Amino acid sequence: MRGAKSAKWVAGAAVIALAATACGGSDSSDEGKKNTSGQPAGYVSIDVGEPQKPLMPADTNETNGSYVIQSLFTQLLDFDDKGEIVLTNAESVETEDSKTWTVKLKAGWKFHNGEAVTAQSYIDAWNWYANVENKQQNAFWFSDIKGYEDVHPEKGAPKGKEMSGLKAVDDTTFTIELAEKVPYFNYKLGYATFAPLPKVFYDDPKAFGKKPIGNGPYTFEKWTHKKLIQVKAWDEYQGPNKAANKGIQFKNYSTVEAAYTDLVSGNLDMIRQVGPRDLPKYKTDLGDGAIDQPYAAIQTLVPAFYSKSFKDIDPKVLQGLSMAIDRDTITKTVLNGTRIPATSFTPPQVKGNQTLKSDILKFNPAKAKELIKEGGGVPENKISIQYNADGGHKEWVTAVCESIRNATGVECVGDAKPDFPTDLEARDNNEVKGFYRGGWVADYPVNVNFLKELYHSKAESNNGRFADKEIDELMAKGDKADSLEASVAAYQEVENALVEKMPAIPLWYYAINGGHGKNVDNVKVDFHGDLELTGVTTK
Amino acid sequence: MGRYVARRLLQMIPVFLGSTLLVFLMMYALPGDPVRALAGEQHADPAQIASMKADLGLDQPIWQQYLNYLGNLFQGDLGTTIGTQRPVADVIADAYPITVRLAIFAFVFTVVAGISLGIIAGLKAESLRDRGLLGLTLVLISMPSFVLGFLVQYFFAFQLGIAKPNVSLEPTNSELLMPAVVLASLSLAYVARLTRTSVAENIRADYMRTAVAKGLPRRRVIGVHLMRNSLIPVVTFLGTDIGALMGGAIVTEGIFNIKGVGSLVFEALSKREGATVVGVVTLLVVVYLVASLLVDLLYAVLDPRIRYA
Repeated sequence: MRGAKSAKWVAGAAVIALAATACGGSDSSDEGKKNTSGQPAGYVSIDVGEPQKPLMPADTNETNGSYVIQSLFTQLLDFDDKGEIVLTNAESVETEDSKTWTVKLKAGWKFHNGEAVTAQSYIDAWNWYANVENKQQNAFWFSDIKGYEDVHPEKGAPKGKEMSGLKAVDDTTFTIELAEKVPYFNYKLGYATFAPLPKVFYDDPKAFGKKPIGNGPYTFEKWTHKKLIQVKAWDEYQGPNKAANKGIQFKNYSTVEAAYTDLVSGNLDMIRQVGPRDLPKYKTDLGDGAIDQPYAAIQTLVPAFYSKSFKDIDPKVLQGLSMAIDRDTITKTVLNGTRIPATSFTPPQVKGNQTLKSDILKFNPAKAKELIKEGGGVPENKISIQYNADGGHKEWVTAVCESIRNATGVECVGDAKPDFPTDLEARDNNEVKGFYRGGWVADYPVNVNFLKELYHSKAESNNGRFADKEIDELMAKGDKADSLEASVAAYQEVENALVEKMPAIPLWYYAINGGHGKNVDNVKVDFHGDLELTGVTTK
Repeated sequence: MGRYVARRLLQMIPVFLGSTLLVFLMMYALPGDPVRALAGEQHADPAQIASMKADLGLDQPIWQQYLNYLGNLFQGDLGTTIGTQRPVADVIADAYPITVRLAIFAFVFTVVAGISLGIIAGLKAESLRDRGLLGLTLVLISMPSFVLGFLVQYFFAFQLGIAKPNVSLEPTNSELLMPAVVLASLSLAYVARLTRTSVAENIRADYMRTAVAKGLPRRRVIGVHLMRNSLIPVVTFLGTDIGALMGGAIVTEGIFNIKGVGSLVFEALSKREGATVVGVVTLLVVVYLVASLLVDLLYAVLDPRIRYA
């Protein structure tokens, strides 16, 4: 009866194994029952996913993390929806020569743990952020400040821990001396990276990143990884953007469609982006809750000037290709009206945006053909557009190619990279074969941000490797200006000159297509396309 | 018996090493630098990237990285993620329980519904109910799971309003029912068809006629004599299916917003989080190996002629 015996043994083992796993299952469901209560009363929820990195102001530049950072921290100043400066933690930020800036803080501000926000809180934080040893993603934002090279040398260990340009005058006043004139420096200060830090941060930055203590409108409550981050409105906050709700839940969704179904069924209050599946019907579904608003971001085709196609190309060819793209039709049909055809190199929400005195962004097949011919044509009569296949770009890239091919007879193909990391690697290593898909969202609402960061020959984000002495000189002129107005005007000149150089082909501006449910009100969009959470009220 | 199990367990070691090495090499071969990708389209300081890589050990040659990984693994350390700097063990521990629950639900549903449907159809092959089942399973097999998931969600959540469209953050068992059925539907169809064919074949076997002629009650004839012989192919299929279910279905998890292993692997892959991918896959390999061992042992129960000394 050996068979029977072993049979019993095996069956027993199987039962135990199943029972063991089943136990594990029921344990976690018991826990689940305690927490299913969901959203506390007065809180609002939004589909913001897991931040890419620990929550430190200078180590966050993707949108999930910055939503949370901005709720917990307040920097010196912020912008309203028109891109005008609103002073938050600062009483004033002034300069006479665009080189030395004096910052006065509002008195009485505190961190969530009760520590006072002083000039020193800012200076220490900025020095720490800029220090190369601390590996903060946004360290380069401090490179305007005098003494940056000491803490962030290009190679090797830093010489010191402090930038000589930062000096505290008294508890609530400090001065920032820059290495060179930067007339628009105060606009940069609106970036969340410039937030102050409390003293406890320096004891254990790693632990702080998991449970941050800021000076912002909300205090940190909990972070259930990959599921939820919860922050609570802070009663003692004194800034103009005091929370109108009791708190926020940042909820993580695996797909935009899942978030949308939760929005429609009332389990979620706001979503930042409606997916392609629901775009055609979201306005009927959501009624007044539908959000359709442009913001300061642009999509471009950037030629790789080292590639076979565009090496020593005559800009006329690029102008021609630009005129071969039917932006109106593509944005209306392929992109479902979610984009607005571009009329310049900068979006309308930024200071200094202007209408170009040129028709290179208008669809005109005849002129397109003519210009390409005048410029000597494209080598091999063929171009490619590199894009990342995980970002929903395939459809419009195909449409743009179709438009170019029909209008000019130039062969055009999409060059798909499976995902964003692969796409970026090709750009970094100068392996782009023709155009690549460029995108830029405003860091601060001034035209400089869209021109200098992308087209200066030494700009880090200039992956097309566009280099032109004349443009660099014009930009230098703008940077030497004594006032913001003069600088913006100088950069408008840069933009006009760019028409003749074509470092990129502007395609369209972005719009946010989001929505909110019936339980909340006063949902507004800021200039870089984020929903403003502090003003949201519950019904 | 004991020696057989021991030998099988020992065999798992080279399989385990081989599969981790393979996954490791595949992750390494993928283009795209995870540390650089953190910065997106913004500026990334090469010196800073280099020092972050040095911290993570990503600057070493691949064999060194693999040896380090194995060394840490034997000390119970699965590494840390690149972006959030969390221990990979924690990340996996967050995602696994929900997937295990979902998989158990789906598995039980597959077994119970699939086998019963198969028996019902197989006992009267070529009858109307048999044809009906074949038709139904054909629909299930040919329908992509995102279509089924979306349809189920649409009807039960939006039209009838008897279920929530997505599972909540701490899902209750009842919330998991709908996604589990969607997840199970494909294997259910296979199990039903396998059982049906095998039952229809065996019902004409000699030993069945003997059992009936002996005057055994019908319940015993079907329940013991017929089932034991018919279930071998089904059990084989179910064994590999456990692994597949534990891997989590990315699509189903996505539709119902379940934060399980499927979405974890997908996300980790697209961010080139090598340590996370290798960690999850390693676990899956273990699940597959254990499941196939269980299947082999179950054969002996079902058919005493198949024995392992």
